[in-house]
Amino acid sequence: MKIRRLLATKGREVITIGPEQAVRDAVALLAEHNIGALVVVDDGGTPVGIISERDIIRRAASSETLFDELISDLMTRDVITGVPQDDVYSVIHTMTEKRFRHLPIVDEGQLIGIISIGDVVKAQRDTYRGEIDTLETQIMADEA
Amino acid sequence: MSEIGTEANPLRVAIVGAGPTGFYTAEQLFKQKQVEVEVDMFERLPTPYGLVRYGVAPDHQKIKSVTRIFDRTARRPEFRFFGNVELGQDITVDDLRRHYHMIVYTTGAQTDRSLNIEGENLKRSHSATEFVAWYNGHPDFRDCDFDLSVTRAAVIGVGNVAVDVCRILSRTPEELAKTDIADYALEALRESNIREVYMLGRRGPAQAAFTTPEIKELGEMEGSDVWVLPDEAALDPLSEEALADSADRATTRKVEIIQSYAEEPPSPKQKRLIIRFLVSPTAFIGNDDGEVVALELMKNELYRTDAGTLRPRATGETEILPVGLVFRSIGYRGVPLPGVPFKESWGVILNETGRVINPDSDEPVTGEYTAGWIKRGATGVIGTNKPDAAETVEAMMEDLAGGRHLDPEAPGADAARQMVAAKKPDYFSYDDWLRLDEIEVARGEELGRPRVKFVTVEEMAEALERS
Repeated sequence: MKIRRLLATKGREVITIGPEQAVRDAVALLAEHNIGALVVVDDGGTPVGIISERDIIRRAASSETLFDELISDLMTRDVITGVPQDDVYSVIHTMTEKRFRHLPIVDEGQLIGIISIGDVVKAQRDTYRGEIDTLETQIMADEA
Repeated sequence: MSEIGTEANPLRVAIVGAGPTGFYTAEQLFKQKQVEVEVDMFERLPTPYGLVRYGVAPDHQKIKSVTRIFDRTARRPEFRFFGNVELGQDITVDDLRRHYHMIVYTTGAQTDRSLNIEGENLKRSHSATEFVAWYNGHPDFRDCDFDLSVTRAAVIGVGNVAVDVCRILSRTPEELAKTDIADYALEALRESNIREVYMLGRRGPAQAAFTTPEIKELGEMEGSDVWVLPDEAALDPLSEEALADSADRATTRKVEIIQSYAEEPPSPKQKRLIIRFLVSPTAFIGNDDGEVVALELMKNELYRTDAGTLRPRATGETEILPVGLVFRSIGYRGVPLPGVPFKESWGVILNETGRVINPDSDEPVTGEYTAGWIKRGATGVIGTNKPDAAETVEAMMEDLAGGRHLDPEAPGADAARQMVAAKKPDYFSYDDWLRLDEIEVARGEELGRPRVKFVTVEEMAEALERS
């Protein structure tokens, strides 16, 4: 299964933030949309980083001025991005190995979505459920 | 108005499309215990079950047994089937809005993705779905014509559909005669001159979409040998590493079977099915009559994306494969429904976990939902649509609890039936289907076949003794 299939049921909106915005804005967006990470994009819409709730919590442990700090000071810059043609199985493997939980998806330079570890786990679970259901149906047909 | 979902005022749902997802959606709606639900299912064709009847290969009857589960749903008193009724043609979304609280689109993916290469539309180049619908007796494809007088055919793609097409082209007439393949297709294939079938994959053996049982089954055909070029059966270092890393037993087994096909050259007496890997068609080559005579193939190598997927990349080295008939099978694609927001680039209805989304406001369209292949794209086995339908039904129940649904002028079951009868008097009911099913099976029994299908709407009407 391709990553494209996971994006298909996620509507159109990708929640992004600019590098010069404050952490306060990021926290508000994460809470409003009930998500765990934001893709940081420049004025041209190109992803330049990612900021996750984990980044914010880590900084909170040592900073008293957290909410006023700039996104660009906290964000992860070397972001691994995916393409719609990526295989779900490879993505699960890479996320597990490299221990990251959000994968921005880019198509021809444009950010088109973001996939979370929850999305890939759900996709894999549904694939297995579907296969089990299909196999069960066939086994029961044999017995009938 | 009284509360919706009570016995006196049930939630009325229209499901558009009677394939597996339509039935899974109905099943999920009946399974939940919060509210009383009535379902009317609309289908463009007179018969239910969609791709189980018209897509699943005729030599895979066991897979078709899933219809027993669907039949159980269809026999519930709260369920009605309106076949031979097409949305956009016979009825409109507005008609449905007048009679139902909620509408679910489960129309599947009815067409092929295109390759976008030169010569793709030459004569004797076909989409695999057309061929599949034709040999399965789909009434819309009855008159398709495939030139089986050539000796070499190619199927582009290595998914389940590609495997089905290769098998049907390679089986003996005796093998096919035991199935419910359409009679005219059986006759045409009996006269087939095809001796060599090529299945073409862009990536290597470890990335092929077909499943292990499917590839194993290819090696068990009576009149055809399977062959894989030893060079192409061997894994490249990246695939080798990825496979070792993932410890994926199913893929390891699949690769072993593919490699076993490289060990023994095919017998010259037999037909042969040759599976090629790491090749992408770059052009169709035609003769003066505009017929395909060959494919130009680009040899590929694999590279790893940032996210870890092994993707094909052209090496620059090309070859010419002489073939007189080509089937393109690189994936199904959804067709837009009149009046329903569509995401053209992916061939799906624009949606968020099954809620249809208005493209202008990015907000859900009240009372409209989608499930299955038209929701997420063509992927997975039949059963994969069950959790998918469950997700959509969950969204529907949430919305109902939140008061988000249509307020139809005439929500009664009788009013809906009258609307259908006025717009399409010759609709088919589920009882009509049961009668057709019985006749088809009886016709097959005499011949030792699972059934002999009716292949036109007229034939079906006649069998029911309608004038």
